[in-house]
Amino acid sequence: MAKEKPGTLQIKSFADHHVITQPNPLRKVLLRVPESDLDDPVGRAEKALAELSGEFKNWMTIEADRLSAAHAAVLKGGFTTENREELFRAAHDIKGDAATFGFPSAAAAAESLCRIIEHAPDLEQVPEELITHHINAVQAIVRERTKLDTAVMASKLSKQLRGVADEFLVKANRDRPEHLEAILAPSIVPAE
Amino acid sequence: MYRIDFNKLRFLICDDNPHMRRILRTLLHSFGAREVYEAEDGATALEMYSHYVPDIVITDWAMPIFDGLELAQMIRQPESKGNPYAPIIMLTGHSEKRRVTVARDAGVTEFLAKPISAKGLYQRILNVVANPRPFIKTKTYFGPDRRRNINNAYIGPERRVGGEVEVMQQPSLLDKARSNA
Repeated sequence: MAKEKPGTLQIKSFADHHVITQPNPLRKVLLRVPESDLDDPVGRAEKALAELSGEFKNWMTIEADRLSAAHAAVLKGGFTTENREELFRAAHDIKGDAATFGFPSAAAAAESLCRIIEHAPDLEQVPEELITHHINAVQAIVRERTKLDTAVMASKLSKQLRGVADEFLVKANRDRPEHLEAILAPSIVPAE
Repeated sequence: MYRIDFNKLRFLICDDNPHMRRILRTLLHSFGAREVYEAEDGATALEMYSHYVPDIVITDWAMPIFDGLELAQMIRQPESKGNPYAPIIMLTGHSEKRRVTVARDAGVTEFLAKPISAKGLYQRILNVVANPRPFIKTKTYFGPDRRRNINNAYIGPERRVGGEVEVMQQPSLLDKARSNA
């Protein structure tokens, strides 16, 4: 085997594939430090995030209003491709962001809505109130967060919505095994 | 023990959601990064990728028109003028296992499911910096080796065909891309 030169790619060719190895170009940013090193980048980042958290409620309100606007467009114009995609993206963003912003139950409700949009065979056949309840739940969780006991109530609400949505999806997809499998598969994100 | 010297790393983040971009920027700056470029869609990110030649790309999946998956596929073009080897961290709200497989098959290096945490992001970055995997090129795939570990318990068919090994040396494409940028 030829000796590896710095800054060069080494390509090993096999019958049906090549294995390409290069000297780690990011090696230079790895610093060896003693165990006693006090630098804590993760702690620093968590602190910075906590300092930013004063803005989270406002951000969450913006996201929830975007979801409501996308829903209003669906009610007005039906599930056109554009309306469907915007409703999905708005819900998907809340699914991903809300827990970081301190609204895990809004994330759970939004996830349930994403599953409906992704797996319902025909969105026009989804009971209108099922989607409306998800939108209202997200709005309620975001706007009522400061009241006592709302965290428990919000969690209960989003779990109930998920239960109803899953029941609908399992029935609607009984002849679509690939969707059924996806609906019943566990999430890779640990539950709250 | 190793620490990352973040101020020597150049990041490109791509997310259509301004709040998530702000979170990412805050986290990266807090880690010590100075060079953080932002794009709000895949097409802009691809342009910025060629222009700035980032060390690490962090991208969302679901974006309008040109999503994070397509961005990864465009970056992983072995014949492209740019650097097809940059680590790509897919940060996404998708949380189903099949999505991880799809992202992996597009050449994504690491997958980080939202909600984001400082620790999760740091660990993914540390992994791509400290443990880069070789790249595999087949007729249908170009990207980091999808086999992270050798599984001695695996009893299925061997999908890679061996045969003669021919070793070639080529100049680093990252250096080439940087000199063209």
